[in-house]
Amino acid sequence: MTTTEVRPEPRTAKPVTQLGDRIFAGSAKGAGILILVVLAGVAAFLLTEAFPAIVAPAEDLPGEQNLLLYIWPLLFGTLLSAVIALVVATPLAVGVALFISHYAPRRIAQGLGYLVDLLAAVPSIVYGLWGVGVLAPASVGLMTWLNTYLGWIPLFAGPVSATGRTMLVTGLVLAVMILPIITAVAREVFLQAPRLHEEAALALGATRWEMIKMAVLPFGRSGLVSGAMLGLGRALGETMAVAIVLSVSGVVTFNLVSSGNPSSIAANIALQFPEASGLGVNVLIASGLVLFVVTLAVNMIARYIVNRRSEFSGAN
Amino acid sequence: MSKNIEAKDLNIYYGSFRAVEGVNMSIKKKTVTALIGPSGCGKSTFLRSINRMHEVIAGAHVEGRLELDGQDLYGPGMDPVIVRRQIGMVFQRPNPFPTMSIYDNVIAGMRLNNKKAKKAEFDDTVERSLRGANLWNEVKDRLDKPGSGLSGGQQQRLCIARAIAVQPDVLLMDEPCSALDPISTLAIEDLINELKNEYTIVIVTHNMQQAARVSDFTGFFNIEGTGKPGKLVEMDETKTIFSQPKQKATEDYVSGRFG
Repeated sequence: MTTTEVRPEPRTAKPVTQLGDRIFAGSAKGAGILILVVLAGVAAFLLTEAFPAIVAPAEDLPGEQNLLLYIWPLLFGTLLSAVIALVVATPLAVGVALFISHYAPRRIAQGLGYLVDLLAAVPSIVYGLWGVGVLAPASVGLMTWLNTYLGWIPLFAGPVSATGRTMLVTGLVLAVMILPIITAVAREVFLQAPRLHEEAALALGATRWEMIKMAVLPFGRSGLVSGAMLGLGRALGETMAVAIVLSVSGVVTFNLVSSGNPSSIAANIALQFPEASGLGVNVLIASGLVLFVVTLAVNMIARYIVNRRSEFSGAN
Repeated sequence: MSKNIEAKDLNIYYGSFRAVEGVNMSIKKKTVTALIGPSGCGKSTFLRSINRMHEVIAGAHVEGRLELDGQDLYGPGMDPVIVRRQIGMVFQRPNPFPTMSIYDNVIAGMRLNNKKAKKAEFDDTVERSLRGANLWNEVKDRLDKPGSGLSGGQQQRLCIARAIAVQPDVLLMDEPCSALDPISTLAIEDLINELKNEYTIVIVTHNMQQAARVSDFTGFFNIEGTGKPGKLVEMDETKTIFSQPKQKATEDYVSGRFG
Protein backbone atom coordinates (compact mmCIF):
# COMPACT_ATOMS: atom_id res chain seq x y z
CA MET A 1 0.00 0.00 0.00
CA THR A 2 1.51 3.23 -1.01
CA THR A 3 0.19 6.43 0.21
CA THR A 4 1.43 9.64 -1.13
CA GLU A 5 1.18 12.31 1.39
CA VAL A 6 -0.77 15.17 -0.02
CA ARG A 7 -0.08 18.38 1.73
CA PRO A 8 -3.09 20.60 1.72
CA GLU A 9 -2.65 23.81 -0.15
CA PRO A 10 -2.24 26.71 2.22
CA ARG A 11 -5.65 28.29 2.20
CA THR A 12 -6.88 31.60 3.37
CA ALA A 13 -8.41 31.23 6.78
CA LYS A 14 -11.72 32.82 5.88
CA PRO A 15 -13.84 32.61 2.77
CA VAL A 16 -14.11 35.86 0.90
CA THR A 17 -17.10 37.88 2.04
CA GLN A 18 -18.51 41.18 1.01
CA LEU A 19 -18.10 44.12 3.34
CA GLY A 20 -21.88 44.57 3.52
CA ASP A 21 -22.32 40.95 4.60
CA ARG A 22 -19.72 41.34 7.33
CA ILE A 23 -21.32 44.53 8.65
CA PHE A 24 -24.74 42.92 8.68
CA ALA A 25 -23.54 39.71 10.31
CA GLY A 26 -21.64 41.70 12.91
CA SER A 27 -24.53 43.99 13.80
CA ALA A 28 -26.98 41.08 13.96
CA LYS A 29 -24.64 39.18 16.25
CA GLY A 30 -24.14 42.32 18.34
CA ALA A 31 -27.87 42.81 18.73
CA GLY A 32 -28.30 39.19 19.78
CA ILE A 33 -25.55 39.46 22.36
CA LEU A 34 -26.93 42.77 23.64
CA ILE A 35 -30.24 41.06 24.50
CA LEU A 36 -28.40 38.47 26.55
CA VAL A 37 -26.30 41.12 28.29
CA VAL A 38 -29.39 43.16 29.23
CA LEU A 39 -31.20 40.07 30.50
CA ALA A 40 -28.15 38.97 32.50
CA GLY A 41 -27.77 42.50 33.87
CA VAL A 42 -31.38 42.60 35.05
CA ALA A 43 -31.08 39.17 36.63
CA ALA A 44 -27.82 40.12 38.35
CA PHE A 45 -29.32 43.35 39.71
CA LEU A 46 -32.39 41.56 41.04
CA LEU A 47 -30.32 38.80 42.64
CA THR A 48 -27.80 41.09 44.39
CA GLU A 49 -30.45 43.51 45.62
CA ALA A 50 -32.82 40.74 46.73
CA PHE A 51 -30.07 38.81 48.51
CA PRO A 52 -30.14 40.78 51.80
CA ALA A 53 -33.89 40.19 52.09
CA ILE A 54 -33.51 36.48 51.39
CA VAL A 55 -30.87 35.89 54.05
CA ALA A 56 -32.29 38.25 56.70
CA PRO A 57 -34.15 36.60 59.61
CA ALA A 58 -37.92 37.02 59.53
CA GLU A 59 -38.09 39.36 62.55
CA ASP A 60 -35.83 41.93 60.84
CA LEU A 61 -38.15 42.26 57.85
CA PRO A 62 -40.87 44.90 57.75
CA GLY A 63 -44.09 43.38 59.08
CA GLU A 64 -41.95 40.81 60.88
CA GLN A 65 -43.01 37.97 58.68
CA ASN A 66 -41.28 35.41 56.53
CA LEU A 67 -40.32 36.65 53.08
CA LEU A 68 -42.22 33.84 51.34
CA LEU A 69 -45.34 34.58 53.37
CA TYR A 70 -45.03 38.20 52.30
CA ILE A 71 -44.62 37.47 48.60
CA TRP A 72 -47.07 34.57 48.28
CA PRO A 73 -50.33 36.63 48.39
CA LEU A 74 -48.82 39.09 45.92
CA LEU A 75 -47.81 36.29 43.56
CA PHE A 76 -51.25 34.76 43.90
CA GLY A 77 -52.94 38.09 43.09
CA THR A 78 -50.63 38.61 40.12
CA LEU A 79 -51.36 35.20 38.65
CA LEU A 80 -55.11 35.34 39.36
CA SER A 81 -55.64 38.73 37.71
CA ALA A 82 -53.47 37.77 34.74
CA VAL A 83 -55.24 34.46 34.24
CA ILE A 84 -58.66 36.13 34.36
CA ALA A 85 -57.44 38.61 31.76
CA LEU A 86 -56.08 35.85 29.54
CA VAL A 87 -59.20 33.69 29.79
CA VAL A 88 -61.42 36.63 28.86
CA ALA A 89 -59.19 38.20 26.22
CA THR A 90 -57.96 35.22 24.22
CA PRO A 91 -61.29 33.94 22.81
CA LEU A 92 -62.35 37.51 22.13
CA ALA A 93 -59.07 38.26 20.38
CA VAL A 94 -59.36 35.14 18.23
CA GLY A 95 -62.88 36.15 17.26
CA VAL A 96 -61.91 39.71 16.38
CA ALA A 97 -58.83 38.52 14.48
CA LEU A 98 -60.82 35.97 12.48
CA PHE A 99 -63.43 38.57 11.67
CA ILE A 100 -60.76 40.93 10.40
CA SER A 101 -58.82 38.28 8.49
CA HIS A 102 -61.58 36.09 7.05
CA TYR A 103 -65.05 37.56 7.41
CA ALA A 104 -65.10 41.34 7.13
CA PRO A 105 -65.09 43.03 3.72
CA ARG A 106 -61.63 44.39 3.00
CA ARG A 107 -62.40 48.05 3.66
CA ILE A 108 -64.03 47.41 7.03
CA ALA A 109 -61.28 44.97 7.94
CA GLN A 110 -58.58 47.59 7.42
CA GLY A 111 -60.39 50.17 9.51
CA LEU A 112 -60.96 47.68 12.29
CA GLY A 113 -57.32 46.66 12.17
CA TYR A 114 -56.20 50.27 12.70
CA LEU A 115 -58.70 50.67 15.50
CA VAL A 116 -57.36 47.62 17.32
CA ASP A 117 -53.79 48.86 16.91
CA LEU A 118 -54.91 52.20 18.30
CA LEU A 119 -56.27 50.47 21.41
CA ALA A 120 -52.77 49.18 22.07
CA ALA A 121 -51.46 52.74 22.10
CA VAL A 122 -53.70 53.87 24.99
CA PRO A 123 -51.52 54.36 28.11
CA SER A 124 -52.23 51.92 30.91
CA ILE A 125 -52.97 54.71 33.39
CA VAL A 126 -55.93 55.67 31.20
CA TYR A 127 -57.25 52.13 31.37
CA GLY A 128 -56.80 52.25 35.13
CA LEU A 129 -58.79 55.48 35.44
CA TRP A 130 -61.48 54.07 33.16
CA GLY A 131 -61.57 50.92 35.27
CA VAL A 132 -62.00 52.67 38.57
CA GLY A 133 -64.18 55.51 37.28
CA VAL A 134 -66.49 53.70 34.88
CA LEU A 135 -66.21 49.94 34.82
CA ALA A 136 -66.05 49.36 38.59
CA PRO A 137 -69.29 51.22 39.48
CA ALA A 138 -71.00 49.88 36.38
CA SER A 139 -70.20 46.26 37.17
CA VAL A 140 -71.57 46.22 40.71
CA GLY A 141 -74.95 45.16 39.33
CA LEU A 142 -73.41 42.34 37.31
CA MET A 143 -71.43 41.11 40.27
CA THR A 144 -74.50 41.20 42.52
CA TRP A 145 -76.31 39.11 39.92
CA LEU A 146 -73.40 36.64 39.75
CA ASN A 147 -73.35 36.41 43.54
CA THR A 148 -77.13 35.88 43.77
CA TYR A 149 -77.44 33.17 41.13
CA LEU A 150 -73.97 31.66 40.92
CA GLY A 151 -72.93 32.30 44.53
CA TRP A 152 -72.47 28.56 45.12
CA ILE A 153 -69.35 28.78 42.94
CA PRO A 154 -66.52 29.91 45.25
CA LEU A 155 -65.46 32.48 42.64
CA PHE A 156 -68.62 34.50 43.24
CA ALA A 157 -69.12 33.79 46.95
CA GLY A 158 -69.26 37.46 47.94
CA PRO A 159 -70.04 39.52 49.90
CA VAL A 160 -70.14 41.81 46.89
CA SER A 161 -67.95 44.89 47.06
CA ALA A 162 -69.98 48.12 47.08
CA THR A 163 -67.37 50.03 45.10
CA GLY A 164 -66.79 47.37 42.46
CA ARG A 165 -63.03 47.55 42.91
CA THR A 166 -62.69 43.77 42.81
CA MET A 167 -60.42 41.16 41.33
CA LEU A 168 -62.97 40.47 38.60
CA VAL A 169 -63.02 44.10 37.46
CA THR A 170 -59.22 44.24 37.60
CA GLY A 171 -59.06 41.13 35.44
CA LEU A 172 -61.50 42.66 32.96
CA VAL A 173 -59.49 45.91 32.74
CA LEU A 174 -56.36 43.85 32.13
CA ALA A 175 -58.25 41.84 29.52
CA VAL A 176 -59.13 45.01 27.62
CA MET A 177 -55.50 46.09 27.86
CA ILE A 178 -54.05 42.89 26.45
CA LEU A 179 -56.78 42.38 23.85
CA PRO A 180 -55.10 44.53 21.16
CA ILE A 181 -51.74 42.79 21.31
CA ILE A 182 -53.22 39.29 21.15
CA THR A 183 -55.56 40.39 18.37
CA ALA A 184 -52.76 41.97 16.37
CA VAL A 185 -50.58 38.85 16.56
CA ALA A 186 -53.51 36.50 15.87
CA ARG A 187 -54.61 38.57 12.87
CA GLU A 188 -51.14 38.42 11.35
CA VAL A 189 -50.81 34.65 11.70
CA PHE A 190 -54.34 34.02 10.43
CA LEU A 191 -53.65 36.15 7.37
CA GLN A 192 -50.59 34.02 6.66
CA ALA A 193 -52.53 30.76 6.59
CA PRO A 194 -51.59 29.29 3.19
CA ARG A 195 -54.13 29.89 0.46
CA LEU A 196 -53.39 26.39 -0.79
CA HIS A 197 -54.66 24.76 2.40
CA GLU A 198 -57.69 27.00 2.66
CA GLU A 199 -58.65 26.01 -0.87
CA ALA A 200 -58.04 22.35 -0.07
CA ALA A 201 -60.57 22.58 2.74
CA LEU A 202 -63.10 24.52 0.66
CA ALA A 203 -62.78 22.03 -2.21
CA LEU A 204 -63.73 19.25 0.21
CA GLY A 205 -66.99 21.05 0.83
CA ALA A 206 -66.05 22.83 4.04
CA THR A 207 -68.07 25.86 5.07
CA ARG A 208 -66.10 28.95 5.94
CA TRP A 209 -66.04 28.08 9.63
CA GLU A 210 -65.04 24.48 8.89
CA MET A 211 -62.30 25.76 6.62
CA ILE A 212 -61.04 27.95 9.46
CA LYS A 213 -61.05 24.98 11.82
CA MET A 214 -59.21 22.76 9.32
CA ALA A 215 -56.69 25.10 7.78
CA VAL A 216 -56.43 28.42 9.62
CA LEU A 217 -56.56 27.69 13.34
CA PRO A 218 -54.15 24.71 13.30
CA PHE A 219 -51.74 26.73 11.21
CA GLY A 220 -52.01 29.74 13.52
CA ARG A 221 -51.88 27.80 16.76
CA SER A 222 -48.25 28.41 17.66
CA GLY A 223 -48.47 32.06 16.70
CA LEU A 224 -51.61 32.39 18.76
CA VAL A 225 -49.88 30.88 21.80
CA SER A 226 -47.04 33.37 21.33
CA GLY A 227 -49.52 36.23 21.14
CA ALA A 228 -51.32 35.04 24.25
CA MET A 229 -48.00 34.82 26.08
CA LEU A 230 -47.12 38.36 25.08
CA GLY A 231 -50.49 39.40 26.48
CA LEU A 232 -49.98 37.35 29.63
CA GLY A 233 -46.57 38.95 30.09
CA ARG A 234 -48.13 42.37 29.91
CA ALA A 235 -50.91 41.40 32.32
CA LEU A 236 -48.42 39.93 34.80
CA GLY A 237 -46.31 43.06 34.82
CA GLU A 238 -49.11 45.61 34.66
CA THR A 239 -48.73 48.10 37.45
CA MET A 240 -50.87 51.20 37.28
CA ALA A 241 -54.20 49.70 36.30
CA VAL A 242 -54.04 47.18 39.12
CA ALA A 243 -52.76 49.72 41.63
CA ILE A 244 -55.63 52.09 40.86
CA VAL A 245 -58.49 49.66 40.49
CA LEU A 246 -57.95 46.91 43.02
CA SER A 247 -58.99 47.30 46.63
CA VAL A 248 -56.40 45.36 48.59
CA SER A 249 -56.45 43.54 51.91
CA GLY A 250 -53.76 40.94 51.35
CA VAL A 251 -55.89 37.83 51.75
CA VAL A 252 -55.40 34.86 49.45
CA THR A 253 -58.81 34.03 48.02
CA PHE A 254 -60.46 32.92 44.82
CA ASN A 255 -63.43 35.11 45.66
CA LEU A 256 -63.51 37.49 42.69
CA VAL A 257 -66.33 39.81 43.72
CA SER A 258 -65.51 40.84 47.30
CA SER A 259 -63.60 43.88 48.50
CA GLY A 260 -60.83 41.83 50.12
CA ASN A 261 -58.20 40.98 47.52
CA PRO A 262 -54.55 40.14 47.28
CA SER A 263 -52.52 42.82 45.50
CA SER A 264 -50.21 42.05 42.61
CA ILE A 265 -46.42 42.13 42.78
CA ALA A 266 -45.99 45.04 40.38
CA ALA A 267 -48.76 47.15 41.92
CA ASN A 268 -47.45 46.44 45.40
CA ILE A 269 -43.96 47.60 44.45
CA ALA A 270 -45.33 50.79 42.95
CA LEU A 271 -47.46 51.54 46.00
CA GLN A 272 -44.88 50.62 48.67
CA PHE A 273 -41.66 51.81 47.11
CA PRO A 274 -41.93 55.53 47.99
CA GLU A 275 -42.16 54.71 51.70
CA ALA A 276 -39.78 51.78 51.77
CA SER A 277 -36.30 52.00 53.23
CA GLY A 278 -33.48 49.68 54.19
CA LEU A 279 -34.47 46.04 54.08
CA GLY A 280 -37.95 47.03 52.87
CA VAL A 281 -36.47 47.96 49.51
CA ASN A 282 -34.70 44.59 49.31
CA VAL A 283 -37.96 42.81 50.09
CA LEU A 284 -39.72 44.62 47.27
CA ILE A 285 -36.91 43.78 44.87
CA ALA A 286 -37.08 40.15 45.98
CA SER A 287 -40.75 40.14 44.99
CA GLY A 288 -39.69 41.63 41.66
CA LEU A 289 -37.26 38.75 41.27
CA VAL A 290 -40.14 36.32 41.75
CA LEU A 291 -42.13 38.13 39.05
CA PHE A 292 -39.13 37.94 36.73
CA VAL A 293 -38.79 34.19 37.29
CA VAL A 294 -42.52 33.60 36.82
CA THR A 295 -42.61 35.52 33.55
CA LEU A 296 -39.58 33.61 32.31
CA ALA A 297 -41.18 30.29 33.31
CA VAL A 298 -44.45 31.17 31.58
CA ASN A 299 -42.62 31.91 28.37
CA MET A 300 -40.61 28.71 28.54
CA ILE A 301 -43.72 26.62 29.15
CA ALA A 302 -45.39 28.27 26.17
CA ARG A 303 -42.36 27.47 24.01
CA TYR A 304 -42.53 23.88 25.16
CA ILE A 305 -46.22 23.62 24.28
CA VAL A 306 -45.62 25.06 20.84
CA ASN A 307 -42.63 22.82 20.12
CA ARG A 308 -44.24 19.61 21.32
CA ARG A 309 -46.15 19.20 18.08
CA SER A 310 -43.68 20.95 15.80
CA GLU A 311 -43.66 17.87 13.56
CA PHE A 312 -47.19 18.79 12.56
CA SER A 313 -46.59 22.53 12.33
CA GLY A 314 -46.24 22.61 8.58
CA ALA A 315 -42.80 24.12 8.83
CA ASN A 316 -41.20 21.14 7.12
CA MET B 1 -71.40 7.54 -8.50
CA SER B 2 -70.52 9.31 -11.70
CA LYS B 3 -72.36 12.08 -13.49
CA ASN B 4 -72.41 14.05 -16.75
CA ILE B 5 -71.51 17.71 -16.90
CA GLU B 6 -73.17 20.08 -19.32
CA ALA B 7 -72.08 23.70 -19.85
CA LYS B 8 -74.48 25.87 -21.86
CA ASP B 9 -73.33 29.32 -23.00
CA LEU B 10 -71.24 29.68 -19.89
CA ASN B 11 -69.61 33.08 -19.34
CA ILE B 12 -67.34 33.48 -16.35
CA TYR B 13 -66.60 36.89 -14.86
CA TYR B 14 -64.20 38.29 -12.30
CA GLY B 15 -66.04 41.44 -11.33
CA SER B 16 -66.77 43.14 -14.63
CA PHE B 17 -63.95 41.37 -16.47
CA ARG B 18 -65.16 38.49 -18.63
CA ALA B 19 -62.52 35.78 -18.30
CA VAL B 20 -64.24 33.02 -20.26
CA GLU B 21 -66.83 33.45 -22.97
CA GLY B 22 -69.59 31.24 -24.31
CA VAL B 23 -68.46 27.76 -23.39
CA ASN B 24 -70.68 24.94 -24.61
CA MET B 25 -69.36 21.60 -23.52
CA SER B 26 -70.75 18.25 -22.54
CA ILE B 27 -68.62 15.91 -20.51
CA LYS B 28 -69.75 12.29 -20.41
CA LYS B 29 -69.62 10.31 -17.23
CA LYS B 30 -66.76 7.87 -16.64
CA THR B 31 -64.52 9.58 -19.15
CA VAL B 32 -61.37 11.65 -18.84
CA THR B 33 -61.58 15.06 -20.44
CA ALA B 34 -58.40 17.09 -20.84
CA LEU B 35 -58.44 20.87 -21.16
CA ILE B 36 -55.44 22.30 -22.97
CA GLY B 37 -54.43 25.73 -24.16
CA PRO B 38 -51.91 28.52 -23.58
CA SER B 39 -51.54 30.20 -20.18
CA GLY B 40 -54.30 32.65 -19.33
CA CYS B 41 -56.76 31.12 -21.79
CA GLY B 42 -59.33 30.42 -19.10
CA LYS B 43 -59.09 26.65 -18.87
CA SER B 44 -58.31 26.68 -15.16
CA THR B 45 -61.01 29.26 -14.57
CA PHE B 46 -63.50 27.05 -16.39
CA LEU B 47 -62.35 24.03 -14.35
CA ARG B 48 -62.72 25.91 -11.09
CA SER B 49 -66.16 27.15 -12.10
CA ILE B 50 -67.35 23.52 -12.25
CA ASN B 51 -67.12 23.22 -8.47
CA ARG B 52 -67.53 26.96 -7.91
CA MET B 53 -64.01 27.25 -6.50
CA HIS B 54 -63.38 30.37 -8.59
CA GLU B 55 -65.81 32.09 -6.23
CA VAL B 56 -63.08 32.32 -3.56
CA ILE B 57 -62.09 35.46 -5.48
CA ALA B 58 -64.48 38.25 -4.56
CA GLY B 59 -66.71 39.36 -7.43
CA ALA B 60 -66.48 36.14 -9.41
CA HIS B 61 -69.74 35.02 -11.01
CA VAL B 62 -71.10 33.25 -14.07
CA GLU B 63 -73.80 33.67 -16.68
CA GLY B 64 -75.33 30.74 -18.47
CA ARG B 65 -75.95 27.26 -17.16
CA LEU B 66 -73.77 24.54 -15.75
CA GLU B 67 -75.53 21.27 -15.06
CA LEU B 68 -74.56 18.11 -13.25
CA ASP B 69 -76.93 15.43 -14.57
CA GLY B 70 -79.54 18.11 -15.17
CA GLN B 71 -79.07 19.75 -11.77
CA ASP B 72 -78.28 23.47 -12.17
CA LEU B 73 -75.07 24.05 -10.18
CA TYR B 74 -75.68 27.79 -10.14
CA GLY B 75 -79.41 27.56 -9.49
CA PRO B 76 -81.04 29.75 -6.87
CA GLY B 77 -80.50 28.39 -3.39
CA MET B 78 -77.64 26.18 -4.55
CA ASP B 79 -74.94 26.31 -1.88
CA PRO B 80 -71.36 26.14 -3.22
CA VAL B 81 -70.55 23.97 -0.21
CA ILE B 82 -73.00 21.32 -1.47
CA VAL B 83 -71.58 21.57 -4.99
CA ARG B 84 -68.05 20.99 -3.72
CA ARG B 85 -69.09 17.95 -1.74
CA GLN B 86 -70.19 16.33 -5.01
CA ILE B 87 -67.28 17.54 -7.12
CA GLY B 88 -63.82 16.89 -5.73
CA MET B 89 -60.68 18.73 -6.71
CA VAL B 90 -56.94 18.08 -6.87
CA PHE B 91 -54.70 21.10 -7.09
CA GLN B 92 -51.55 22.03 -8.96
CA ARG B 93 -49.34 21.78 -5.91
CA PRO B 94 -49.87 18.97 -3.42
CA ASN B 95 -51.63 20.46 -0.41
CA PRO B 96 -52.18 17.93 2.35
CA PHE B 97 -53.08 19.62 5.62
CA PRO B 98 -49.71 19.96 7.37
CA THR B 99 -51.22 19.85 10.84
CA MET B 100 -52.95 16.52 10.23
CA SER B 101 -51.67 12.96 10.04
CA ILE B 102 -52.00 10.93 6.83
CA TYR B 103 -55.03 9.20 8.34
CA ASP B 104 -56.74 12.46 9.29
CA ASN B 105 -55.99 13.97 5.91
CA VAL B 106 -57.84 11.18 4.13
CA ILE B 107 -60.94 11.41 6.29
CA ALA B 108 -60.93 15.23 6.49
CA GLY B 109 -63.80 15.49 4.00
CA MET B 110 -65.71 12.59 5.52
CA ARG B 111 -65.55 14.21 8.95
CA LEU B 112 -67.37 17.21 7.50
CA ASN B 113 -70.28 15.19 6.13
CA ASN B 114 -70.56 12.45 8.65
CA LYS B 115 -69.59 13.51 12.13
CA LYS B 116 -70.91 10.45 13.89
CA ALA B 117 -69.18 7.79 11.81
CA LYS B 118 -67.59 4.98 13.80
CA LYS B 119 -63.88 4.33 13.97
CA ALA B 120 -64.30 1.22 11.83
CA GLU B 121 -66.00 3.23 9.08
CA PHE B 122 -63.15 5.73 9.11
CA ASP B 123 -60.63 2.89 8.99
CA ASP B 124 -62.42 1.35 6.00
CA THR B 125 -62.55 4.66 4.17
CA VAL B 126 -58.86 5.32 4.80
CA GLU B 127 -57.84 1.93 3.44
CA ARG B 128 -60.22 2.05 0.46
CA SER B 129 -59.16 5.58 -0.51
CA LEU B 130 -55.45 5.00 -0.09
CA ARG B 131 -55.69 1.77 -2.08
CA GLY B 132 -57.70 3.67 -4.68
CA ALA B 133 -54.90 6.22 -4.88
CA ASN B 134 -52.20 3.51 -5.07
CA LEU B 135 -50.67 4.75 -1.86
CA TRP B 136 -51.75 2.16 0.70
CA ASN B 137 -48.68 -0.05 0.55
CA GLU B 138 -46.33 2.90 0.92
CA VAL B 139 -47.97 4.50 3.96
CA LYS B 140 -49.94 1.80 5.78
CA ASP B 141 -47.34 1.58 8.54
CA ARG B 142 -47.19 5.29 9.20
CA LEU B 143 -50.74 6.52 9.00
CA ASP B 144 -50.25 8.60 12.15
CA LYS B 145 -47.31 10.53 10.70
CA PRO B 146 -47.80 13.98 9.17
CA GLY B 147 -48.78 14.02 5.52
CA SER B 148 -46.23 16.72 4.82
CA GLY B 149 -43.42 14.22 5.43
CA LEU B 150 -44.21 12.33 2.21
CA SER B 151 -42.53 12.95 -1.13
CA GLY B 152 -44.21 15.31 -3.59
CA GLY B 153 -45.69 12.51 -5.66
CA GLN B 154 -46.94 10.69 -2.58
CA GLN B 155 -48.44 13.92 -1.26
CA GLN B 156 -50.32 14.41 -4.52
CA ARG B 157 -51.68 10.85 -4.35
CA LEU B 158 -52.64 11.55 -0.74
CA CYS B 159 -54.61 14.55 -2.01
CA ILE B 160 -56.30 12.32 -4.57
CA ALA B 161 -57.13 9.84 -1.80
CA ARG B 162 -58.57 12.71 0.22
CA ALA B 163 -60.69 13.81 -2.73
CA ILE B 164 -62.07 10.33 -3.50
CA ALA B 165 -62.66 9.46 0.16
CA VAL B 166 -65.99 11.31 0.03
CA GLN B 167 -66.95 9.44 -3.18
CA PRO B 168 -67.62 12.48 -5.34
CA ASP B 169 -69.45 12.37 -8.68
CA VAL B 170 -66.72 14.24 -10.49
CA LEU B 171 -63.00 14.69 -9.94
CA LEU B 172 -61.37 17.90 -11.16
CA MET B 173 -57.59 18.06 -11.54
CA ASP B 174 -55.81 21.36 -12.06
CA GLU B 175 -52.39 20.50 -13.55
CA PRO B 176 -51.92 17.72 -10.99
CA CYS B 177 -48.47 16.72 -12.25
CA SER B 178 -46.84 20.05 -12.97
CA ALA B 179 -44.92 20.01 -9.67
CA LEU B 180 -43.88 16.34 -9.92
CA ASP B 181 -40.99 14.37 -11.38
CA PRO B 182 -41.58 12.01 -14.37
CA ILE B 183 -41.86 8.84 -12.26
CA SER B 184 -44.46 10.37 -9.95
CA THR B 185 -46.24 11.77 -13.00
CA LEU B 186 -46.47 8.28 -14.47
CA ALA B 187 -47.92 6.98 -11.20
CA ILE B 188 -50.61 9.67 -11.26
CA GLU B 189 -51.42 9.01 -14.91
CA ASP B 190 -51.84 5.29 -14.23
CA LEU B 191 -54.09 6.24 -11.36
CA ILE B 192 -56.22 8.47 -13.59
CA ASN B 193 -56.72 5.52 -15.93
CA GLU B 194 -58.03 3.42 -13.04
CA LEU B 195 -60.13 6.17 -11.52
CA LYS B 196 -62.13 6.77 -14.68
CA ASN B 197 -63.90 3.46 -14.11
CA GLU B 198 -65.68 5.13 -11.23
CA TYR B 199 -65.47 8.87 -11.69
CA THR B 200 -65.92 11.55 -14.29
CA ILE B 201 -62.55 13.24 -14.55
CA VAL B 202 -61.69 16.66 -15.93
CA ILE B 203 -58.00 17.53 -16.05
CA VAL B 204 -56.22 20.73 -16.98
CA THR B 205 -52.73 20.15 -18.31
CA HIS B 206 -49.97 22.03 -20.08
CA ASN B 207 -48.39 18.78 -21.14
CA MET B 208 -49.86 17.70 -24.47
CA GLN B 209 -48.33 14.25 -24.32
CA GLN B 210 -50.09 13.84 -21.02
CA ALA B 211 -53.40 14.93 -22.52
CA ALA B 212 -52.88 12.44 -25.34
CA ARG B 213 -51.99 9.64 -22.91
CA VAL B 214 -54.70 9.96 -20.32
CA SER B 215 -57.77 11.55 -21.88
CA ASP B 216 -60.68 10.32 -23.96
CA PHE B 217 -61.78 13.81 -24.96
CA THR B 218 -59.83 17.02 -25.28
CA GLY B 219 -61.00 20.61 -25.23
CA PHE B 220 -58.74 23.33 -26.62
CA PHE B 221 -59.09 26.81 -25.12
CA ASN B 222 -57.53 29.88 -26.67
CA ILE B 223 -57.37 33.61 -26.19
CA GLU B 224 -57.17 36.27 -28.88
CA GLY B 225 -55.09 38.70 -26.89
CA THR B 226 -54.54 40.08 -23.41
CA GLY B 227 -57.71 41.50 -21.93
CA LYS B 228 -59.89 39.40 -24.22
CA PRO B 229 -61.93 36.52 -22.83
CA GLY B 230 -60.81 32.94 -23.30
CA LYS B 231 -62.90 30.70 -25.52
CA LEU B 232 -63.39 27.01 -26.09
CA VAL B 233 -62.09 26.68 -29.66
CA GLU B 234 -62.72 23.03 -30.24
CA MET B 235 -63.62 19.89 -28.39
CA ASP B 236 -63.52 16.37 -29.73
CA GLU B 237 -62.16 12.92 -29.10
CA THR B 238 -58.54 13.17 -28.09
CA LYS B 239 -57.21 11.27 -31.09
CA THR B 240 -59.15 13.54 -33.45
CA ILE B 241 -57.83 16.69 -31.76
CA PHE B 242 -54.26 15.46 -32.03
CA SER B 243 -54.49 14.01 -35.56
CA GLN B 244 -57.03 15.95 -37.59
CA PRO B 245 -58.44 18.95 -35.70
CA LYS B 246 -61.05 21.01 -37.50
CA GLN B 247 -59.66 24.38 -36.47
CA LYS B 248 -56.37 25.83 -37.68
CA ALA B 249 -55.63 27.27 -34.21
CA THR B 250 -55.93 23.84 -32.63
CA GLU B 251 -53.64 22.28 -35.18
CA ASP B 252 -51.05 25.01 -34.67
CA TYR B 253 -51.18 24.57 -30.91
CA VAL B 254 -50.97 20.78 -30.73
CA SER B 255 -48.18 20.69 -33.28
CA GLY B 256 -46.25 23.45 -31.54
CA ARG B 257 -46.66 26.07 -34.27
CA PHE B 258 -48.78 28.55 -32.37
CA GLY B 259 -48.08 32.19 -31.87
